[in-house]
Amino acid sequence: MKRTKKPKLAVWKFASCDGCQLTLLDCEDELLAVAREVEIANFAEASRMVVKGPYDLSLVEGSITTPRDSERIQQVRRASKFLVTIGACATAGGIQALRNFQNVKEFIAIVYAQPAYIETLGKSTAIADHVRVDFELRGCPISKDQLLDVMRAFLHGGKPNTPSYSVCMECKRRGTVCVMVAHGTPCLGPITHDGCGAICPVYNRGCYGCFGPKETPNTHSLAARCGELGMKERDIVRVLRNFNAWAEPFRRESEAHENQVHQVHEDKDHSG
Amino acid sequence: MKTKSTKSTKTRTIRVDYLTRVEGEGGLYVKVKGGTVVDVKLKIFEPPRFFEAFLRGRSCEEAADITSRICGICPIAYQMSAVHAIEDALGVKVEGQLRALRRLVYCGEWIESHTLHVYMLHAPDFLGYPDAIRMAKDHPDIVQRGLQLKKAGNEIVRLIGGREIHPINVRVGGFYKVPAKESLRALAEQLKWARDAALETVRWVATLPFPEFEQDFLFVALRHEKEYPFNEGRIVSNRGLDIPVHGYDQLFSEEHIAYSSALHSEMKDQGAYFVGPLARYNLNFDRLSPLAREAAIAAGLQPACRNPFQSIVVRSVEILHACEEALRIIEQYEMPETPAVKYEMKAGTGYACTEAPRGILYHRYRFDAHGTILDAKIVPPTSQNQKTIENDLKQFVPANLSLPEEDLRWRCEQIVRNYDPCISCSTHFLKLQMERV
Repeated sequence: MKRTKKPKLAVWKFASCDGCQLTLLDCEDELLAVAREVEIANFAEASRMVVKGPYDLSLVEGSITTPRDSERIQQVRRASKFLVTIGACATAGGIQALRNFQNVKEFIAIVYAQPAYIETLGKSTAIADHVRVDFELRGCPISKDQLLDVMRAFLHGGKPNTPSYSVCMECKRRGTVCVMVAHGTPCLGPITHDGCGAICPVYNRGCYGCFGPKETPNTHSLAARCGELGMKERDIVRVLRNFNAWAEPFRRESEAHENQVHQVHEDKDHSG
Repeated sequence: MKTKSTKSTKTRTIRVDYLTRVEGEGGLYVKVKGGTVVDVKLKIFEPPRFFEAFLRGRSCEEAADITSRICGICPIAYQMSAVHAIEDALGVKVEGQLRALRRLVYCGEWIESHTLHVYMLHAPDFLGYPDAIRMAKDHPDIVQRGLQLKKAGNEIVRLIGGREIHPINVRVGGFYKVPAKESLRALAEQLKWARDAALETVRWVATLPFPEFEQDFLFVALRHEKEYPFNEGRIVSNRGLDIPVHGYDQLFSEEHIAYSSALHSEMKDQGAYFVGPLARYNLNFDRLSPLAREAAIAAGLQPACRNPFQSIVVRSVEILHACEEALRIIEQYEMPETPAVKYEMKAGTGYACTEAPRGILYHRYRFDAHGTILDAKIVPPTSQNQKTIENDLKQFVPANLSLPEEDLRWRCEQIVRNYDPCISCSTHFLKLQMERV
């Protein structure tokens, strides 16, 4: 009897909300078919069975925030043929990367009453800052269809189909009226990577950047337009500092505006 | 490894280094000496993410989007507790169809989250499988039913919330957009199927083998004057507690334990308490839909159930109730004129407790006249259940030392899974505890 060995899949968790790995379990129509194609070899949230590595494909959720995790990710890399990060935490440090903007020493002094109990790093960082990553799947959370597509690509060959253009492109495709042009609602769509399906404008709200920066985003121009629409500097800082705050283009732009907020405060202090 | 009988005076340890089929990262450690449990630790090593710390300085209008990122399994719970707490501070009342839509989206989350637990995380323990996927080889129809039931819950969340995980449509005052009557009607057919599937689920889980393990728990849940609780109610217990949500901080406190990155909650002068489906059921049996009550009794439950292994039955009864409630809301739905109630920003402190799938989820926010958050407190259900889980292990292990090592370890894992712990949720709460010390 001919029997081919199924490729082995592993799913790993670092600092995260579990939502991106849940996306795999949310593939209600496809999950059993996926399980026929691959061996779910190490997926703690779904199974108590652990099959030893090496693994053909590792999906990595979460960011690195502890010394222990910075070692563990090295082991995961060594055990994996392909390593794909899933979601904003693994790809950009996640919402927990907001700590990166704080003065770490002060922050720790405020936060820890029992510092000896907790080990944490000053920064929350993306997986690619620690190990080689074969592909980064974006989103907070990731898209189900993109996840299935990326798994297909890595297990059967081919290229993942995850275009790096902006949310605006998807709005045009869906025929959604632009909330920024028509209603003056600030929207991060022009600088945000597509993948969500441009949901927010359909629900009458501006994009808030769940999928992080698109390829070569013009953040400066968008921020200026948001300012013209009445957004204050500190609000521009806030919208850029969500789930992808530490992604370089968003970080750089938010820091520029943060400096302006400080400038305004200093000017006030001097005049008053 | 060979094991000795209970008479042995040898020290024995049961360790589970990495708990599986739970949300988040935790382990388990039980030390037994001469037939007595001398140490039990539910170890939580999920890295802290400091939500309360970075909520400071954010706008209260962002709290729903930010706190939903605490948990990918129950984001609606975080959004609901957040907006209700902020509305409490602003004196905003969300009523009528907008209120009903919030219940509806919460029904969707209960169905999705409970079904995930019943079919994929909990049931495999009773039937001796490592997971639902391997269980599907022998029971394909059952697992398929579970997946489709879960999908029905997710469909509700997706339609109202925009997507299943971290929905985008919930805001202070209501929603960004409300669905048309016809689009909700389209859900009704799927939900009728789901209601039948939920009823079959109750019947199926009732046949699972349950160890005898009744405990005298202190149950804490919300209670509403007319409804099974979701977003509103007073905090009550089976020992006479009956307080408004504002009183939470006076009676419940948290402690920082060395081996856990989640705080342990306690009730003043009472110690450990129990939140979640079993607590809700015991305190609100009379508020369940008639069909859900009937199904519970037919499944062999009493109006009081004190065996946490049977939480799988109670969760299934709640799925059935949520399907019926969702159908009722859809039936009576008329599209509201505006998607959100208007409000004026002002300084204040607001409190809310809602019933997340895993139990009461408490939020408190204080913000200034611009709506900038000055401090925030969030207490998720799992940190409230930690002490009770440890107590269960202390009770269960000595009585079952004769079990072979692997069986006993598996049973211990199951005791933890009885609570459907969400460790990702429970690990964001160090900040507040630290501030108080």
